[in-house]
Amino acid sequence: MKFTLGWLKEHLETDASLTEVVEALTRVGLEVEGVENPAERLTGFRVARVLTAERHPQADKLQVLSVDTGDGAPLQVVCGAPNARAGLVGVLGLPGATVPANGMQLKISAIRGVESNGMMCSTRELELGEDHDGIIELPQDAPVGTAFADYAQLGDPVIHVSITPNRQDCMGVRGIARDLAAAGLGTLKPLMVAPVEGEGPGPDVRTQDEGCPAFFAQGVSGVTNGESPEWMRRRLLAIGQKPISTLVDITNYVMIDLGRPLHVYDRASLNGGLVARKARAGEQVLALNGKTYTLDESMTVIADDETVHDIGGVMGGEHSSVQPTTTDVLIECAYFEPEHIARTGQKLQLTSDARQRFERGVDPAFLEDGLAIATRMVLDLCGGTASGITHAGQPPVATRTIGYDPTLAETLGGLAIPAERQRDILVRLGFSVDENWQVVVPTWRRDVDGPADLVEEVIRIEGIDHVPSTPLERTPGVARPTATPEQKLERKLRRTAAARGLNEAVTWSFISETQAAVFGGGAWSLANPISEDMKVMRPSLLPGLLAAAERNLKRGATSVRLFEIGRRYLADKERLTLGVVLAGSRTPRGWQAGKAQGFGAFDAKAEALALLEAAGAPVANLQVMGEAGEAYHPGQSATLRLGPKTVLAAFGAVHPSVAKAFDLSGDVVAVELYLDALPAKRGSGFMRPAYTPPALQAVTRDFAFLVPDTLVAGDLVRTVKGADKGVITDARLFDLFVGQGVPEGQKSLAVEITLQPGEKSFTDADIKAVADKVVAAAAKLGATLRG
Amino acid sequence: MTTDLDQLRQNLVASIDAATGLDALEAIRVQALGKQGAITGLLKTLGGMSPDERQAQGPRIHGLREAVTGALAARKDALEKAALDARLAGEKLDMTLPVDGVPAGSVHPVSQVMDELAEIFADLGFAVASGPEIEDDWHNFTALNIPETHPARAMHDTFYLAGEHERPMVLRTHTSPVQIRTMMANKPPIRIIAPGRVYRSDSDATHTPMFHQIEGLVIDKGITLGHLKWTLETFLKAFFERDDIVLRLRPSYFPFTEPSAEVDVGFTWTNGKRVIGGSGDAAGGGWMEVLGSGMVHRKVIEAAGLDPTEWQGFAFGTGVDRLAMLKYGMDDLRPFFDGDLRWLKHYGFSALDVPTLSGGVGA
Repeated sequence: MKFTLGWLKEHLETDASLTEVVEALTRVGLEVEGVENPAERLTGFRVARVLTAERHPQADKLQVLSVDTGDGAPLQVVCGAPNARAGLVGVLGLPGATVPANGMQLKISAIRGVESNGMMCSTRELELGEDHDGIIELPQDAPVGTAFADYAQLGDPVIHVSITPNRQDCMGVRGIARDLAAAGLGTLKPLMVAPVEGEGPGPDVRTQDEGCPAFFAQGVSGVTNGESPEWMRRRLLAIGQKPISTLVDITNYVMIDLGRPLHVYDRASLNGGLVARKARAGEQVLALNGKTYTLDESMTVIADDETVHDIGGVMGGEHSSVQPTTTDVLIECAYFEPEHIARTGQKLQLTSDARQRFERGVDPAFLEDGLAIATRMVLDLCGGTASGITHAGQPPVATRTIGYDPTLAETLGGLAIPAERQRDILVRLGFSVDENWQVVVPTWRRDVDGPADLVEEVIRIEGIDHVPSTPLERTPGVARPTATPEQKLERKLRRTAAARGLNEAVTWSFISETQAAVFGGGAWSLANPISEDMKVMRPSLLPGLLAAAERNLKRGATSVRLFEIGRRYLADKERLTLGVVLAGSRTPRGWQAGKAQGFGAFDAKAEALALLEAAGAPVANLQVMGEAGEAYHPGQSATLRLGPKTVLAAFGAVHPSVAKAFDLSGDVVAVELYLDALPAKRGSGFMRPAYTPPALQAVTRDFAFLVPDTLVAGDLVRTVKGADKGVITDARLFDLFVGQGVPEGQKSLAVEITLQPGEKSFTDADIKAVADKVVAAAAKLGATLRG
Repeated sequence: MTTDLDQLRQNLVASIDAATGLDALEAIRVQALGKQGAITGLLKTLGGMSPDERQAQGPRIHGLREAVTGALAARKDALEKAALDARLAGEKLDMTLPVDGVPAGSVHPVSQVMDELAEIFADLGFAVASGPEIEDDWHNFTALNIPETHPARAMHDTFYLAGEHERPMVLRTHTSPVQIRTMMANKPPIRIIAPGRVYRSDSDATHTPMFHQIEGLVIDKGITLGHLKWTLETFLKAFFERDDIVLRLRPSYFPFTEPSAEVDVGFTWTNGKRVIGGSGDAAGGGWMEVLGSGMVHRKVIEAAGLDPTEWQGFAFGTGVDRLAMLKYGMDDLRPFFDGDLRWLKHYGFSALDVPTLSGGVGA
């Protein structure tokens, strides 16, 4: 909402300066977004007279002007405007001035070889209008040499306030003035309303729709719809409203001045009376914005016998809009139900100044006066004769009464304000308060419906900044831990991953349909995505990380280690997940290691295990199984499971076709850890199990087996380790060999076992017995001890 | 005899000192002290001597043996040291050669700031709560006193989920639905913060369609706007680790709070950056909006199943990304979600930068 200081003072009797007004506005909750002084933007533009105009020697369309600027010698200016001629009084931009429309700073320059010392301006260049057909022509008596802003009286500062959705009353200058008056910035001037006694019957208007409970109208015939007076145009222009014609400007002016939207119809284009009714499904209307809207039965329209002329409370129709030739008009002042307007506007995706006001709820008690003010203005500015007034329906003017306890200001608002001061504030805002604190809400304050609202009113006018800080009660002693096990897990994993050299990224929760398809498709899609790339809620963290890896490699990164902790959005639940993507080089080329090394599937496995270990998962008991998913290389990926069903993680080399889909070349490996599948850590206090390091040293023995090459190493190691559980504390594979000396279809696996003696050292016989058990257990898998 | 022994000692010591290698030295040792060695031979003669003679010759022969043994050991040490020195001289490395670095990981600023906030609010007795990001419109709007036709819904630029659902589903536009879920699941008194991802259909230099918010909620008896103000002041002072934080409350409007206030924090322009601290009204200063807040609307308390005559409280919300930017100086929001390693390494945090109260929450 924009208005000028001068406009505000039409309603507010005050000596306050601009600064005081601006401070007070923000203080009472009408946040000032900006203050603009048009005069400042026009520094360096002055009234000037063209003395002579000669054809430019090098260009037919240009002229070389000699311009009197009011002081010193005339300046030479090159100009391309067709209306530039000797004797014209216009606006000259001097070197150093900045053209408002394009931000260009003027300087002395040569135009086709002729020096030019400034620019004669059009209204559009100064952002004062749309005209760009020629330069501005001022009256001959305009004082040459005067700053143009002073001459045009553009010194009225424009104030831009942001109005919160609850404050419909401040969608008009008068409402803002009322708030400022309540805040002690002056007095609200009385509103002059002189009802127009018309002649004859009122227009034929009716309402048969609950969406439009009241439809008041008055006709004026014999009007002249020319250009509105300069004071009105200047105010509208200052706040960014384009002046159109007197009738249209009047409706806009009243709307901004008083928050009262109106509509004016050209009666010559109406067939029969106007009725507010529900639209018929599929009914169409060409609106004033030049677009055609298709309506449905939930929407209220104003229509005559033949056609729809207005999307009620939202936007008028082109067909019956007033024209320069219009002579007979019908002025509509109606009340539309806010919810109806909101729904209609949402469905049509159509915003307008009228909708903004109606959907917030205009003052239902201000139809009669609003119409009188508008009609009076039409008569004053366009002439003509008014008809009688038609009052179709009744606006919902019932007032609300709230029982208020003034101690609430302190018990809810935290600010002790004397009761009488509160009463004074409420009365200034238009509330009436009786001796029992029954507070009647003014008709224009639809937002106020409970005691808390009244607390807000008194606090904001008294000054919310005066509310003293009150410490929250604190539990005695040191603050207790608050993090949940999930939160602790997430934090621990995040810092473990970072400590392992991974960089945490945060990528979009939404990805493209194509990317999601690779990961089994997304369960959730947006109905109104911002783009096709951000349409499907991710079923995996990998697409976002792969895309980020690709961007990094394209930017010249040689090694990418990214991770993210976030949710996957599955049909049943949002699941917290940790994703890792490794791409590029694992180690760079170097003077020691030689060539750069890429990442392999076992790097992914290492990350998966390290992170699971940090998460407290029983890593030694996990099973390495298949089915990591289609995103992975089928032969170089696996899942880590706790029992056959609970998948804690998937890892491996990314499938080449997936990598290609993300435009990634080279080896790319990935991990996903499913945090919600991790077993909860059992809370058993801080006490650890008792432990004393064994007195006797452990011994190791090596076994080399020949096994069928279909046997996976994990099975052999697990079997060997389990061969004598009381003695064997560890089994570790240290060699894998295929080739000379190993028969076809077999491979050699070498395992080192660790034996921990208890009370006594092992004898040779003890060790031999264990070795026999190891060999026997391995034999069940088809393994034979290598000779 | 004496002369012979002296001569022998001189000869042996001279040849020991002249030995140029361990092999030559060993040959001398064998020659002198080996089974057939000269000194060994002399020692053997002691057995055939008379006691007097032995008395006289014994110490001299033993003296000779010790002197030679000592000379041998000293020479051996010297030769070994020389050999080691020679070897080491040949093993010289160019110590300016580079070493292999360990890849440096990092924690994202959003995560770091969330940890900082959790740490600060834990001290004030606030737990961390969470809720779904795909929300139904009841939790996201209706229960928060934003009915379907409310103009505030349009302000939210909501993303809707496609398909038929029991209730229209949206991507939560704020973390406020966690207020509802918390009040419905827990009995007051309640003190929580709820950080997380939120979504608005908006995109430019200062807005991204996804960003992070943190919600705060206190429900108790006798809570007022004064408690809200204190909590926000206390939190911002702890977060920025400055005592000169000045807040400015401005009346505002949120459907789920009444009264409502927007909170500005004072800053000073320093080297072209806004540095939080000081009054915004001071010369070279300004106010920046950082929080939305208010007293929880009684309709919201009711919607969550609590009795508003018994319980009241406050709620606030702010952007986590924005707090990170203000504290650590990023001036563009978009790179937060790009995963650019250069940015992550520059603005990210070490794994060991765990925020603590004793060490200060900032890093």
